[in-house]
Amino acid sequence: MSVQALATSPDRTTVVHPGWLRITHWINALAMLVMIGSGWQIYNASPLFDFAFPRSIALGQWLGGALLWHFAAMWVLAINGLVYLTLGLVTGRFRRKLLPIYPREVIADAKAALTFQLAHDDLAHYNAVQKLLYAGVILAGVVVVLSGLSIWKPVQFQELTALFGGYDFARYVHFFAMATIVGFLVVHIALALLVPKSLRAMIVGR
Amino acid sequence: MRFRKIVPGVDPELLIKDAAKLMPDTARRSFLRGAASLGALAFLTGCDIIDGDSAEGVLRKVSSFNDGVQAALFGRTKLAPTYPESAITRPFPFNAYYSLANAPTVDPATYRFEVSGLVDNKKPWTLDELQALPEVSQITRHVCVEGWSAIGSWQGASLGDFLRRIGADTRAKYVWFRCAEGYSNTIDMATALHPQTQMTFKYDHQILPRAYGFPMKIRIPTKLGYKNPKYVVAMEITNTDRGGYWENQGYNWFGGL
Repeated sequence: MSVQALATSPDRTTVVHPGWLRITHWINALAMLVMIGSGWQIYNASPLFDFAFPRSIALGQWLGGALLWHFAAMWVLAINGLVYLTLGLVTGRFRRKLLPIYPREVIADAKAALTFQLAHDDLAHYNAVQKLLYAGVILAGVVVVLSGLSIWKPVQFQELTALFGGYDFARYVHFFAMATIVGFLVVHIALALLVPKSLRAMIVGR
Repeated sequence: MRFRKIVPGVDPELLIKDAAKLMPDTARRSFLRGAASLGALAFLTGCDIIDGDSAEGVLRKVSSFNDGVQAALFGRTKLAPTYPESAITRPFPFNAYYSLANAPTVDPATYRFEVSGLVDNKKPWTLDELQALPEVSQITRHVCVEGWSAIGSWQGASLGDFLRRIGADTRAKYVWFRCAEGYSNTIDMATALHPQTQMTFKYDHQILPRAYGFPMKIRIPTKLGYKNPKYVVAMEITNTDRGGYWENQGYNWFGGL
């Protein structure tokens, strides 16, 4: 199946994703998994809503373990994220690939996607729905890191905490930023599995 | 039930379950089991460290590194936000790894606050003497490591002023506190000297109730709740890190906010 997909790919020799992007993508994927899994365990210590995450899918066994994971993986997430954002901006990739996003195109492409009529032939070109999702998840990533900083250091970074509506409100911001990222992941992983050549491109570049 | 009213989002049943879960047990020692290989992949790709104990060692090293980062971030004169009386969480929650019934009862008549280590005057202090020290007051946010927070009103003496009064070596690295029930804490000297770090004898202008740490709590609004010891009976000025009840089990040593 993937062989067929590759054979029909119009530009199988051109690099779709440069090396820096693939490396930062997979480091981010692992860091996100650790942050989300340990974050769920931390959430369980004092749930914001009337539910807790099953311990079997949470990381760290207990609050103290989860905090160790969370505050170790945060360095990987933040440093890797900074490298990704910097390179995305200076190479012009964000501007070329993600902008502009027109609402009309998003609606048209969303309709096409929902009726399975959206073409995925050229991996180098993002449709409007992809643009919106990728730009959106980058924004959610920035919000999750900043809101996380604001609840980690509500005294030293109290101005940032105030920006997120105070300590208690910032916890909700942090939670919903996580939920947005998890929502993105569900769609993202499902589509990567539906279009395996996109997964291949993120591993070998083409 | 009262918890639900006063601390939004904190379910009393979950809180109790959580308290039990927080108890040191055998599961705690192996808290990385089942997650070790994922973590090893995330942090140690290419390394041979994949078992839980080694991963825990690496995570604890990162936690120590984070202590240094937090010490560097700590503003010696940066004050924790303060709040008006109307913002006080009522009633302020009791929180410990034991129930209120098991909280220590300290006899004020025989109570002596013991001072030791790198300090000129090691005279033990009676409660009357302590309560006669110049009073400072604060309404600040108590932030629990679990995530919930509550705003409270504390009165007592400035710890920094007390340390200078008794001739403590303020160039020493640590101040260690021992509590009536065996709880303990070591804090950094910079935090001990912070203007809002308080030897607390009153809660909301009333003598500190047993639930909140009678006869003395160390109120540190720049640190998480577990770094705010209650029922404090002794203090040592030292260059040796003596750890603490939760810190020894894996909570971050600095615990800064």
